[in-house]
Amino acid sequence: MNVNQHTPMASPYGQPQPGYTQPGYAPLDGGYPAPYAPYNGPASPYQPGAPPQGISGPARGPPTTGPPPISAPQQYNQYSHSQGDMQNGPPPMTQAQPRPPVSQPYNPGAMNMSGPHPTYPQHYGPPPTMQQVSNQMSGMQITSGPPTPAGPGYAPPHSSQPPVSTAYSAAPPPSYTQAPPPVSSAPTQPPPSGPAASQQYYGSPPPPSQQPFNSSLPPTSQQQFTSSSVPPPPSQQTLPPSSYSGPAPPAGQPPAPPVSQPQQSFPPSQPPFSSAPPPTSQPAFAPGPPPTAPGSFPPRAPPPSSQPGSYPPPTSAPSCQYPGPLPPQQQPPPSQPFPYHSGPPPPRAQMPPTSMAQSNHLPPGPQGPPGPPGPLQQPPSQPGMQTGYPPQQNGAFGQVRGPQPGYAGPYPGQPNYGAPAPAPAPAPPAQKRLDPDAIPSPQASDMPAVQKSRHRIDPDAIPSPIQVIEDDKAKSTEPFTTGVRGQAPPLVTTNFQVKDQGNASPRFVRCTAYNMPCTADMAKQSQVPLAAVVKPLATLPPDETPPYLVDHGEGGPIRCNRCKAYMCPYMQFIEGGRRFQCGFCSCVTEVPPHYFQHLDHTGKRVDCYDRPELSLGSYEFLATVDYCKNNKLPQPPAFIFLIDVSYNAVKSGMVSIVCQELKTLMDYLPRENPEMDSIVRVGFVTYNKVLHFYNVKSSLAQPQMLVVSDVSDMFVPLLDGFLVNVNESRLVIESLLDQIPEMFADTRETETVFGPVIQAGLEALKAADCAGKLFVFHTSLPIAEAPGKLKNREDKKLIGTDKEKSLFQPQVGFYNTLAKECVAQGCCVDLFLFPNQYVDVATLGVVPVSTGGSVYKYTYFQAQSDQERFLNDLRRDVQKPVGFDAVMRVRTSTGIRATDFFGSFFMSNTTDVELAGLDCDKAITVEFKHDDKLSEETGALMQCAVLYTSCSGQRRLRIHNMAVNCCSQLADLYRNCETDTIINFFSKYAFRGVLNNPTKAVRDTLVNQCAQILACYRKNCASPSSAGQLILPECMKLLPVYLNCVLKSDVLLPGADVSLDDRAYLRQLISCMDVTETHVFFYPRLLPLMKLESGSLPVAVRDSEERLSKGGVYLLETGLHLFLWVGASVQQELLLNIFGTPSFGQIDSSMTSLPVLDNPFSQRLREIIDSFRAQRSRYMKLMVVKQEDRAELIFRHFLVEDKSVSGGASYVDFLCHMHKEIRQLLS
Amino acid sequence: MIFLRQMPNFRVWKRTANASWSQAVSLSTWTAAHVGHCSVMTTYQEFIQQNEGRDGVRFSWNLWPSSRLEATRLVVPVSCLFTPLKERPDLPPVQYEPVLCSRANCKAVLNPLCQVDFRAKIWACNFCFQRNPFPPSYAGISEVNQPAELMPQFSTIEYIVQRGPTAPLIFLYVVDTCLEEEDLQALKESLQMSLSLLPPNALVGLITFGRMVQVHELSCEGIAKSYVFRGTKDLSSKQIQEMLGLTKPAASGQQGRPLAPQDAAASCRFLQPVQKVDMNLTDLLGELQSDPWPVPQGKRPLRSTGVALSVAVGLLEGTFPNTGARVMLFIGGPPTQGPGMVVGDELKTPIRSWHDIQKDNARHLKKATKYYEAMANRSAVNGHSIDIYACALDQTGLLEMKCLSNLTGGHIVMGDSFNTSLFKQTFQRVFSKDNNGDFRMAFGGVLEVKTTRELKVCGAIGPCVSLNSKGSCVSENEMGIGGTSQWKVCSINPSTTLGFYFEVVNQHNAPVPQGGRGAIQFVTQYQHSNTQRRIRVTTIARNWADAQSQIQHIESSFDQEAAAVLMARLGVFRAESEEGPDVLRWLDRQLIRLCQKFGQFNKDDPTSFRLSESLSLYPQFMFHLRRSPFLQVFNNSPDESSYYRHHFVRQDLTQSLIMIQPILYSYSFYGPPEPVLLDSSSILPDRILLMDTFFQLVIYHGETIAQWRKAGYQDMAEHEVFKLLLQAPLDDAQEILQTRFPMPRYIDTEHGGSQARFLLSKVNPSQTHNNLYAWGQETGAPILTDDVSLQVFMDHLKKLAVSSSA
Repeated sequence: MNVNQHTPMASPYGQPQPGYTQPGYAPLDGGYPAPYAPYNGPASPYQPGAPPQGISGPARGPPTTGPPPISAPQQYNQYSHSQGDMQNGPPPMTQAQPRPPVSQPYNPGAMNMSGPHPTYPQHYGPPPTMQQVSNQMSGMQITSGPPTPAGPGYAPPHSSQPPVSTAYSAAPPPSYTQAPPPVSSAPTQPPPSGPAASQQYYGSPPPPSQQPFNSSLPPTSQQQFTSSSVPPPPSQQTLPPSSYSGPAPPAGQPPAPPVSQPQQSFPPSQPPFSSAPPPTSQPAFAPGPPPTAPGSFPPRAPPPSSQPGSYPPPTSAPSCQYPGPLPPQQQPPPSQPFPYHSGPPPPRAQMPPTSMAQSNHLPPGPQGPPGPPGPLQQPPSQPGMQTGYPPQQNGAFGQVRGPQPGYAGPYPGQPNYGAPAPAPAPAPPAQKRLDPDAIPSPQASDMPAVQKSRHRIDPDAIPSPIQVIEDDKAKSTEPFTTGVRGQAPPLVTTNFQVKDQGNASPRFVRCTAYNMPCTADMAKQSQVPLAAVVKPLATLPPDETPPYLVDHGEGGPIRCNRCKAYMCPYMQFIEGGRRFQCGFCSCVTEVPPHYFQHLDHTGKRVDCYDRPELSLGSYEFLATVDYCKNNKLPQPPAFIFLIDVSYNAVKSGMVSIVCQELKTLMDYLPRENPEMDSIVRVGFVTYNKVLHFYNVKSSLAQPQMLVVSDVSDMFVPLLDGFLVNVNESRLVIESLLDQIPEMFADTRETETVFGPVIQAGLEALKAADCAGKLFVFHTSLPIAEAPGKLKNREDKKLIGTDKEKSLFQPQVGFYNTLAKECVAQGCCVDLFLFPNQYVDVATLGVVPVSTGGSVYKYTYFQAQSDQERFLNDLRRDVQKPVGFDAVMRVRTSTGIRATDFFGSFFMSNTTDVELAGLDCDKAITVEFKHDDKLSEETGALMQCAVLYTSCSGQRRLRIHNMAVNCCSQLADLYRNCETDTIINFFSKYAFRGVLNNPTKAVRDTLVNQCAQILACYRKNCASPSSAGQLILPECMKLLPVYLNCVLKSDVLLPGADVSLDDRAYLRQLISCMDVTETHVFFYPRLLPLMKLESGSLPVAVRDSEERLSKGGVYLLETGLHLFLWVGASVQQELLLNIFGTPSFGQIDSSMTSLPVLDNPFSQRLREIIDSFRAQRSRYMKLMVVKQEDRAELIFRHFLVEDKSVSGGASYVDFLCHMHKEIRQLLS
Repeated sequence: MIFLRQMPNFRVWKRTANASWSQAVSLSTWTAAHVGHCSVMTTYQEFIQQNEGRDGVRFSWNLWPSSRLEATRLVVPVSCLFTPLKERPDLPPVQYEPVLCSRANCKAVLNPLCQVDFRAKIWACNFCFQRNPFPPSYAGISEVNQPAELMPQFSTIEYIVQRGPTAPLIFLYVVDTCLEEEDLQALKESLQMSLSLLPPNALVGLITFGRMVQVHELSCEGIAKSYVFRGTKDLSSKQIQEMLGLTKPAASGQQGRPLAPQDAAASCRFLQPVQKVDMNLTDLLGELQSDPWPVPQGKRPLRSTGVALSVAVGLLEGTFPNTGARVMLFIGGPPTQGPGMVVGDELKTPIRSWHDIQKDNARHLKKATKYYEAMANRSAVNGHSIDIYACALDQTGLLEMKCLSNLTGGHIVMGDSFNTSLFKQTFQRVFSKDNNGDFRMAFGGVLEVKTTRELKVCGAIGPCVSLNSKGSCVSENEMGIGGTSQWKVCSINPSTTLGFYFEVVNQHNAPVPQGGRGAIQFVTQYQHSNTQRRIRVTTIARNWADAQSQIQHIESSFDQEAAAVLMARLGVFRAESEEGPDVLRWLDRQLIRLCQKFGQFNKDDPTSFRLSESLSLYPQFMFHLRRSPFLQVFNNSPDESSYYRHHFVRQDLTQSLIMIQPILYSYSFYGPPEPVLLDSSSILPDRILLMDTFFQLVIYHGETIAQWRKAGYQDMAEHEVFKLLLQAPLDDAQEILQTRFPMPRYIDTEHGGSQARFLLSKVNPSQTHNNLYAWGQETGAPILTDDVSLQVFMDHLKKLAVSSSA
């Protein structure tokens, strides 16, 4: 991740990106890595509070560099100009800028109120909201669909609300407990514990936690609330009425009346805070936290004092976080309930729309009206929303990022979970409902929980990815055998062993549905995508055997005469073994004499188990010359390194790093037999405006450089001596690599070309008549006069318009043509980008993406901080097993056919997927459509055959066979789906969609399809239940949360500062990800690190700020990024263990690797980090994020269950929305 | 005789001179039988030699007919062979600048023919009669104190111009790498050797080519760097300069700013002073690989000669315009791709032959020729010359490329292999030095001709291009490269000789006063090899004669040798654009008309035909010229023809005559070596013959001698005389070999040897298989040919000359 600091560098060249500077973040030392840059944008999101921008922009855009230290206060100002007041309070903390804006609107009101409230608590208070929501939402229920083991998984949700306390505390897996704890902590435990507290919270106080949430629930909580103030009740009342008037649920609550208010309420939202809510909240917290609350409100005089006092450290931090606006919200709570605070405060402001607002409002009701107009406006919309889903629409999605809003909204929904009806008691019934389909959760039993549920949707009550993942882990203890048709494999997050018994391992092939509908009608009705994600060359764990290599002799592999399917376990031998019938097309083919074998009494060939192709799902055939290009056995492949040596490249240190590294990498070229030398030949090219080829023939004393200036018509100036064997030319190569950095050390050339560079590599491979891979190290937009010249077309104004799609399309057609030529030659291109500004990844990436290559992007690359990441990526990229000149074909049973393919490849016809290069990390998603009926007896078969040249120059066919069941009942379909794979498909589908459709349309389509899937289930499979209930199939209960993550991704919903390059980069990146990668990419893994045990990882927590404890340290990984989040009041001991420093303030947030300390904790932590890195195809640079540090903004982006600054909905909100959509479909 | 003394290799010169005289003698005896004797004008011969020695000029007529009409009737035009930089060790250059006539369109240089008024300090231009005051520096002039340029013995004088930039010489090697390993190795060695011959401050550059063209950067250390161009793409000069990163061209000489070598070096990485990159370049050449691209079976290697030249020319054009530079192209085969391609890469398609050309079957001929012509012109404009060193067994495309050298004054050397002494020595000789230690080469010559008003210049034939300078002395009647009074000769060496053709424009009715003289001034500006700018001025004058009354005088002033060469140049020039037979017919016609004009005969009586001694050898020259490879393409490839013609139009008179009519010496026990008739009758068993055709040096052992030699008599002590006899021609041949440029092909053969054809094809076939028995065997060797013999030729000539109907 680069720091803004870099920006300055950029400037010299021309333009610091506006985005970066404006945000004012630039100033901060912590600079954002380019990718994150967008996040900076948050400012914009906040914009609503326009102020932020203005503030930030003017203030310090430029000065930035130095900022780090100073920044805090000043920045504050900037950001929160409005906050001005705030300063006092928050002085210590700097972070929260983003929020401020949000809060701002409220501030006015809030401020006033703030004092009192501990609104926060309110949020907590939300409990009230919850209730309301619940009322409204009462209808909604989330039930796991089909019964299954899932039950347990589900439990959590149920538990969350009513049962909460009990359920969690008791049985529920740690995860659950955790969730609640925080809550509890707040109330029960004194805030002071803050930091350390977090842990404790988790552990013990669960019950209390819940309480806070659900005002009603546990006595305690209620008490608090109640005691604290009237507000709670009011809130409840109001809420329900407002948005969720619909759901009579309010039942229990008087609030009903408020219904009318809702409208009013919205506006009033703020007021509510000020007036009623605050009080309420405070009271609630009063017990413990109250003090904090006050403190938090910096606005007021007291705050400062209070804060320090109450939550000395923590408070400050929190406040910072929500600099301006938040303050009101009183992060105070922060310390403990982190989640709460953070989330709620900001949200409110914006969120008001939804439940939260309402809840708050209610009380304010009286005052309310006056409330901050801003927020209010949103509310108005709500009316419409009332259905229960409002939250999303309202600013919720867009503006507020804080959990609060989200919660508010969502919560309403939750009630559903908890209890069907608003009624306090409802809980039990709710559970029942749930149970019916899927979950016989322990929760059900928990009465208390029930109560909670009513109030609002409890985040713990909705399906938890963590729970599902943990459950799956728990049940997958046995090796997974692939012999059984239609059996869904364990989740990608689970470690399991695979035994190939006739179908391909899920490591190679994963399907969305393991029970395909028999007919097209069914498929259409269910809308469940039928797709498979194939990763043909996947690396297997050491304990699984790689596919066997089968040689059928000179005649080549035995194939079906008609459909040309390769010999596989699905071939039925008949007539005593003289013929076989194809499982795909049923055609009967003679068995060639040399392949004949007798059958046993069951009709199986006697040698069935001796031959991999008859007994296994995955194996390889040795291809004959007929399978080779031009009917010639392939030449050994070649790697060509093309290095940009323009000014930028040299200055950033890239050139010398690459050259230095290549010297050692030469010994690690891919090979099949580790004991042999690789036969891959290498060649070197450097370039700026012209290309320099190098003759490194072994007979030369010195390398020779050949400059080609004629970039308009590229050619290769030499043949002999360009591609060489490393061992033979080692000295010359080393001499060359030593000299390159020197030669260009003083270069002044800033222009580069790009098209000709690839052409050069391509021509070289053509000349050598071999396949190969190009490694291009490139820095800048190719503006030099040459084919493929580009211009800067980054235009923020287009975002959100119909023309946005054009930004994802290549700027010129040149690269498409070039890609085609590359594919024809088997020339795979891997692109390493080191941009300081816009480079048009959408265009530059065309060739890599079409040739099966990869794009790596290191924005604002700086040798010191990014070297490690780059080098690890490079090493891996060079070393990983790769096949060349590949063609993949998927054959299927009659009845379905592969209709669409997603991934990094090129297709010149509709059936053959051509990959110039195919490495072990590339996955291809294949969509199937019916073209006829399938039968339940035979199931649906598919055979994926990949013809490729191995890195040892051998031509091979890798075959993966997969058989799935077919069903005539929809319920079967829903019972055997794999959500992770579906999401993989959806994301690829959507990300490709943005090329041709407005992103909004793409998002709508996704939401629609998802709603249809769920509605279909509800309609056809679920047991009857009230219309208001949200019922999800067990296998798809995470669909909404994951889908929401997809919708919120930068590609589909960019923040104001997400650069076009980043979006294009991600878009391309996703296209070739397998399920494991998409899963963690969309739903990052967040591990609490307070306690580490060797041998097992701590159980992850959900991606929500609410789950973070101020006293904790968390590790978050997305497959691309790795964060270590440090709470502001983390224990000294922990700091000492990890960083070797006793104080939070001394943590150097610019470090990219943890200090090596000799203590078990540090060791284990580094082990974990290393193991994470080892699992991913790209090296993740570690970013240390201190709570309330500026960089936290980036981090928060990955808390995907929360609202995002770019307007993405929180999980709860989205669930409500989804529910609404489903209900619309049903009605 | 002065001339003889001056020549450094006077033995050779003596021999050749002797040869022609002896021929004259023998021929005169030979023809005497038919024609009779005329008195020998020894005075004219001496006059001619004197003039040649002093001024390097040989005129066809040393008395000029005074009217246009009479001049045309003389058949052979008033013309001359002029050697601009004839070596004059006795002529120290003067250190000041010439005094020019002040008339704008005259600008003639003050010369001994000018009338000078010493008192008034005024001189009258002898071309335009303008009266000019002397410049102030001539204030001290008087009859007894005259500047050199006014003294008659300084009709040729050389000035050193002090102003103007002095640029180092530039040598750009353009090397074909599609060679056999052995050839390439030899070439590399030659090139490395040549570095030591270059002046230390000269700039050198290296371009290699094969399938691609590489321009080597010479200043880099560590890594050898070169710029590569695709061999198939024609690039404009501007593109080339851009691609080489030369967009800011070095200060050019044109801009009048002195160009320090350091500046030049900095501005161009590709051309560096020899002293600086000597080691580098030697290594670079040493590492030169032969073109690495595989050549499939049945294909020629892809050779991008056209683009390589284009790059070379573009490079120099951009960096050193108007500076003396030599592009030295070394090729081992024909261009096979890209612009300038001469033949495709399919071996099954042979390279064009004369037969193909006559059938209009040479696909690439026109296009390639046009391409190279355009390049030659570009190069000439910038004053850069292009040498071609072509060594291959097959043709290399000289036909198409010849203009590169012809127009720029470059050399063409043709050999079988770079690994032959022919190439090695020739190449070495390019860098030969004169007595002062200066290279025998000059650059960027501009040759201007001024004439008195009775004469106009029609054109020039030689290694030059027109500068299109129209002036009052330019005739509308073009002969050779005409329409101008100025020509550019990019590279000149001491033997470079141009033919100039004039027209007498004086009308018959305006007779020149008795004793009037016509004058011609040649002004040659050039860059000396020591980088000085110099101007050499040669002013000559001849008397006018009235053809009516003084035809005898005019006849005796005829220089038949010069006339033969000058007419031959016209013929060769025509042959470049016309069909061979047409040229021969034209030559015959001219000869017949000349004989008619000057012969003494009775009408229709061939036996009565006589020619005066001053013309007696002329028909014989024409006979051999008709048979020469300059006009006969039979048995020669187009490349060879181009090669021969190239040398013919640039060598001085003596060499040219040898080319037209080779010299033959006979060695025997019967006396000292003697020149003998170039006739089959001279081929006798007991003789050793040495024939010099300029291009070949043939030693032919007669049948008996050959047998003796085979028997090893020369090794026997008692036959030492025989050994000496065998050695004699070898020694003589060595002398010729060591001085001639290009080095001739040396052939040692004997009776019946296959190489004997070189001799047999040259001698006058007086004895053929047709008339063998009539002549008797002892007298010589029969030649198997249907060619007419000199005898027959003369018979026809006489018949036609005396014919009243002709």
